[in-house]
Amino acid sequence: MSAMIELRGVSRHFGPTPDIAARLTARAFAAIGKPARDTTVRAIDAVDLTIARGEVVGVVGESGCGKSTLGRIAAGILAPTAGTVLWQGRDIVMLSAGETRAARLRTQMIFQNPYASLNPRLRIETIVGEAPRVHGLIPPGGFSDYVDAQLRRAGLDPAYKRRYPHQFSGGQRQRIGIARALAVRPDILVCDEAVAALDVSIQAQIINLFMDLREELGLTYLFISHDLGIVEHIADRVVILYLGRVVEEAGCEEIFARANHPYTRALLAEVPRIAGGKKAFAGIKGEIPSPIDPPSGCHFHPRCPHALRRCAFEIPTLREIAPGHRSACHLNS
Amino acid sequence: MSDATIELRNLRTYFPIRGGVVRAVDDVSFSVKRGKVLGLVGESGSGKSVTGFSIVRLVDPPGQIAGGSILFQGHDLARLSEAEMRGLRGSRIAMIFQDPMMTLNPVLRIDTQMIETVLAHDRVSHAEARARCRDALGQVGIASPEERLRAYPHQFSGGMRQRVAIAISMLHRPDLIIADEPTTALDVTIQAQILFEVQKLVATFGTALIWITHDLSVVAGLADDIAVMYAGRIVEAGAVGDVLNNPAHPYTHGLLASVPGRNRRGTRLRQIPGMTPSLLDPEPGCAFRTRCFRADPMCSADPPVIQPAAGRTARCFFPIQDVVA
Repeated sequence: MSAMIELRGVSRHFGPTPDIAARLTARAFAAIGKPARDTTVRAIDAVDLTIARGEVVGVVGESGCGKSTLGRIAAGILAPTAGTVLWQGRDIVMLSAGETRAARLRTQMIFQNPYASLNPRLRIETIVGEAPRVHGLIPPGGFSDYVDAQLRRAGLDPAYKRRYPHQFSGGQRQRIGIARALAVRPDILVCDEAVAALDVSIQAQIINLFMDLREELGLTYLFISHDLGIVEHIADRVVILYLGRVVEEAGCEEIFARANHPYTRALLAEVPRIAGGKKAFAGIKGEIPSPIDPPSGCHFHPRCPHALRRCAFEIPTLREIAPGHRSACHLNS
Repeated sequence: MSDATIELRNLRTYFPIRGGVVRAVDDVSFSVKRGKVLGLVGESGSGKSVTGFSIVRLVDPPGQIAGGSILFQGHDLARLSEAEMRGLRGSRIAMIFQDPMMTLNPVLRIDTQMIETVLAHDRVSHAEARARCRDALGQVGIASPEERLRAYPHQFSGGMRQRVAIAISMLHRPDLIIADEPTTALDVTIQAQILFEVQKLVATFGTALIWITHDLSVVAGLADDIAVMYAGRIVEAGAVGDVLNNPAHPYTHGLLASVPGRNRRGTRLRQIPGMTPSLLDPEPGCAFRTRCFRADPMCSADPPVIQPAAGRTARCFFPIQDVVA
C-alpha cells in the first residue's frame, strides 16, 4: 500500500503574532536573562502519521488534544508551523499551484456540526453542485443530473434539491455535507467528529453510509472522534493523541485487546459499555492540562498511576513494542 | 406506591402552537424510589427533557401541563401554587442541566451564587452558609474548595463547572435530583469522574435521581431502572439489566442494535430506517410503526401497555417474544 498522506514531524503552534511592544518586552527580558512568558499553544507537537491508500485511520483523544488541528493539516486547510506534509510521496510545499489545487480537491472534510457547515442561504443543489461546476467536473448541460446522482449516492431524495438547509433534519444535513464532499471526487475524506452531533439511530445510518462509500469508491478516511466505540467499529488503525503528541498507535484489534500506554488503558476503562451492567466508576485522576503550559517530560505523568521519576523530565519516544504497534512510554524500556 | 419519592401518573405536557398541538409528553407514568436511579432515555425530540422540566414546573409557555399528576412524596406538584413550588425547587427537588456554562452566572463568583442558593431556603448566617458551600464543593471532588469559592465560572474547566452545578444541587440535600444530559458535553475521563461522584452522593444521602440521557451505555452503568421514550411516550420500562439484555419493544431493540460496540467490527450497523416523526398533531396509533420491522396494519390503533415480564412494561402489539421465555 502506498502512502496517501504522510505527516513527518508536523507541529502546529498558535500564538499571538508579537507586535512591537511584545518584541521589546521580550528583548528586555532577554537582557536581564529571564525568559518572557510564553503564551503559545502547541496544538500539535512533532506528530508522524501515515495514511495508506484505502485505509481508515481513527484519531482519538479528549477535547483540546489537537485532533481537529491534525485533521485540518492533513486536509491541507491549515499549514503546519514545522515539519513536512507529503501528498502521495511529494512534499506539498514543492507542488506547483495547479498540483496543489488538485491535491486539495482530492482531500475533502466532513465537519462536526451539520447546522454550521452548510450555508443557510444557498439551495441544496448549489451547495452540492457549485464546487464541481467551478472545477470543471460537470459536462456541459449535465448539472442537474450530476447533482441528482450525488444526492442519491448520499441517500437523499433528489426531489429536495431546491430546498434550503433549514428544511432538513440533522442526519439529512450531514448527508448533504457528505454529498458536497463527494461531488468533487475525492480520494480521502477527513471526518472531524462527523457523527458526534447525531442521535444513535441516525449515527448508525451515517456510519453505514461511510462504510458503503468506502467499498463503492475505494475511499481513504481519516476519522477523528472522541467516541472509542465508533472508532473501534470502523477504523483499521487507531492513533491516540494526548496534548498534541501521539502516545500510542496500533491496528484496531491490537489496541483494543492489548493497549500499552497507561493513558490508552485508562481511556478504554472509562468507556461506558452496555454489557456488564451496573459498575462503579472511578475515573483518571485530574483533568487534561492546558496546552499553553503542558507538563514537562511525558505530558501524561501528573495523571499517570505508574509515573516514574524520569517521566517528569524526559520525553518518551514513540517506539515499536510489537509489529505495527508503537507506544510512547518509559515503562517499556 | 406511597414509598416512591416521585411518581408520574399519565402526565401530558402539550405545546399549543399556531399549526396545532405538539404533544411533547403524552401519557407518561413512572416512579422512582429513595436512593434509586432512573435512566430516562430517548433521542432528541422524544420528550425526555420536557418530562424533566414538567416535574419542576419550568416548562416555557406556550407549553402547559395538560393532564395527569406529578406526585412528589404523595403531593401533586401540578396542583401547587407558584409560591409553594418555589419553596420546593432547589431545596427538595434540584435540577442539573447539560451546559454548566449556561447555568452559572458568568459575572458572579462561585461563592456568591452558592451562598445565595443556601440563603434562599434556609435562615442561617452568612458564615454558616459559606461553610456549607465549601463542604459541598469538597464532596464533589474539587481540590482546595476554600480558594475555588472565590473563582469565577470561566476560571473552571467544563468538568469542574459541572461539579459546581452538582454541588449547588446538593446544597439542600434534596430528595430528588433531575439531571438533564449532565455529562453529554464532557470527555469520557471527566464523565467517569462525574458519574463516580454522583453514584457516591446518591448512595450516601438516599436521593432519588432521574438521569436524562441519549446514551444507553451510561444508563447501563449507572441506573437501576430504565424508561425508553419515543415520540412523547414511554415505549418500554423496567430494570436496566432486563431491558437492555432482552428488549421487548422493537424500538429499544433497534436502538441497542445500532450502538457500534454491540456489532461485529467492520460489519454494517443494524440501523433503524427513517427518522423520528413530528409531534405536531400525531395520528393515533404507534408512533414507531413507520420505522418498525414488526409493524402490521393493526399498529394504526393505539398499542396497549403490556407486561412482557414481571416488573416490566412495553407499549406494543407485537413485543419481541423471546423476552417472556
